[in-house]
Amino acid sequence: MQPVEQRDEVEMLSLMLLIRRFEERASQQYQAQKIGGFCHLYIGQEAVVTGAIAAVRDDDYVITAYRDHAHALARGTSPDACMAELFGKETGCSRGLGGSMHFFDKQHHMYGGHAIVAAHIPLAVGLAFAIKYRGEDRVTLCFFGDGAINQGAFHEALNLAALYRLPIVFICENNLFAMGTSVQRSTSLRQIVDRAEGYDIPGEIVDGMNFREVRDKVAEIVDSIRKEPHPAFLEMRTYRYRGHSMSDPASYRTKQELEKYRLDDPITRLRAQLTREGKLTNEQFDLLDKRAKETVLAAVKFAEKSPQPPLDTLYDYTYADGATEPDRPRPVEPAQERREVAPSPSTNSP
Amino acid sequence: MREITYRQALNEALAEELERDPNVFLMGEEVAEYQGAYKVSHGLLQRFGPRRIIDTPISENGFAGLGVGAAMVGLRPIIEFMTFSFSLVAFDQVVNNAPNMFTMSGGQFNIPITFRGPNGPAHQLGATHSHATENFYASVPGLKVCAPATPRDAKGLLKTAVRDDNPVLVLEAELLYSSKGMVEPPDEELLIPLGKAEVKREGSDVSIICYAQTVPLALKVADQLEEEDISAEIVDLRSIKPLDEKTIFDSVAKTHRVVIVEQDHPFCGVGAEVCYRIQKNIFDALDAPIIRVSQEDVPMPYNERLEKAVLPNADKLIAAVKQVCYA
Repeated sequence: MQPVEQRDEVEMLSLMLLIRRFEERASQQYQAQKIGGFCHLYIGQEAVVTGAIAAVRDDDYVITAYRDHAHALARGTSPDACMAELFGKETGCSRGLGGSMHFFDKQHHMYGGHAIVAAHIPLAVGLAFAIKYRGEDRVTLCFFGDGAINQGAFHEALNLAALYRLPIVFICENNLFAMGTSVQRSTSLRQIVDRAEGYDIPGEIVDGMNFREVRDKVAEIVDSIRKEPHPAFLEMRTYRYRGHSMSDPASYRTKQELEKYRLDDPITRLRAQLTREGKLTNEQFDLLDKRAKETVLAAVKFAEKSPQPPLDTLYDYTYADGATEPDRPRPVEPAQERREVAPSPSTNSP
Repeated sequence: MREITYRQALNEALAEELERDPNVFLMGEEVAEYQGAYKVSHGLLQRFGPRRIIDTPISENGFAGLGVGAAMVGLRPIIEFMTFSFSLVAFDQVVNNAPNMFTMSGGQFNIPITFRGPNGPAHQLGATHSHATENFYASVPGLKVCAPATPRDAKGLLKTAVRDDNPVLVLEAELLYSSKGMVEPPDEELLIPLGKAEVKREGSDVSIICYAQTVPLALKVADQLEEEDISAEIVDLRSIKPLDEKTIFDSVAKTHRVVIVEQDHPFCGVGAEVCYRIQKNIFDALDAPIIRVSQEDVPMPYNERLEKAVLPNADKLIAAVKQVCYA
């Protein structure tokens, strides 16, 4: 990977477009019932994950909550594997066993995809602990929503990270709502970032709709952490355009509020910055968007034609050593119906 | 062989595994400077230093989760719960994160972690500090659960647990920490596989199936029964999950009569599963219905007399044996 300051912003804009088009297509496929369970879309928040990922190395650790499609895509998980996971297919990034909320990609240092609110924040501290234990200069990026900050696990994790001086950036993606409950209705503080102060962790508020601001702030903090391990906290002020999940019409907020944030769209903003600076033409932007749409359509095709996980592998991923209890017969694939095949001459012969 | 305590046996197991593998570390409340709430980690801070023997604040959810995260990238944490009653504060980490990760990630992340500490009722600690958690945890796919009764089993099972690539719970017994038993010398590697029960005493009239704190009880009762010409075979499960069906069935095929004595509660207790498997697999070997002796189905009272009435004891066990033997 290139040094942070030289990473191509056009490439990052292209990643934001990929995330947006992926989520739009996931929404459509969910409505077509190709995707099961819960499905939480990232649309509107793209600058947070792309900005943060643009500021770190490929071998840094990334972990997040259940709104995780974008984090996997940003880390480099293929759109094919992401879409196939949503379809529950064997070719998915978690073999179809995790689903929308549980994306994992070991090769790209994406440590999930965790669906119990705040339960992954102690895990993130464990990743950071391992970095320090081994004397490495990696950093852990731990993403979570504003809904996580009132869970006990969050507080225990922040205290441990501060106590042990661990190399971790806590990135709160404050999209103003924990499901349907606004921050004002859930949190006693006026600013979420003040939670960090309670643990003597340096914290800052960042405009999470501005790619450059996110990238520069994360880069500055990660640089400081690599020199001397410590935790840091960033409150990213952002907004999700869709409901909490696909089943949420988001009637708890006004159209005017949504429109206000849409005018501040992170993709539009970075596009305008690049265009103004003569780094991107309208034609080039249209081409990037076309490519993103094609990539995502190809991912849907890939997911559709991918096989289901075989039934006889049901017990393969419970214990790492394949240990199973005795007396548990494994399921087998039902025999293929072969009506078109003539009965064997050896049977039922007259 | 030499005689050492259950506590010393665990301490040796920890020291040997810390010595063998630099990825192993011990973390928990009071494990380092205080030398362990029950002194199981005595001397380890001095020997291995604060990088590997790590005191935590009282944050079970936090440090159990820290262990799971560290295990995702290949460390092999040993997480001590001061008692498994406190593991309930970390239930989400032990039940949701540790055992589900391997499945949810499609086999990418196994979690080689050991959770250990005393489990089950001790002495007049009241309802919150007396939980026997083996049946909760054994019901979770992805976890392995063992409950050693002797110093030798404690050492051998803990060492195996640390080397296992899955989350393993080693449920120790507070009342057994000072008990003594014969254990191989330290220069002899002692590994006892998970999923292997052991016949602690041979007999021919009845199989008493037990584990952890109920093993010494069953052995004592077997002596008393012998005086009444009842020969009891004592089967120590050692591992709750995986469960060693073969050793159980072999014993039942020999004695034809079964009493299960467990330290958890009766409803959905470990004995219920053992009982189910026996009747399903070797129904014809049975000459009498199986009887279970467990805790009474009440939260643990503080009062000493009432506490004794809740726990399995010799009288209850003897009565159960006589019932299955029609004696």
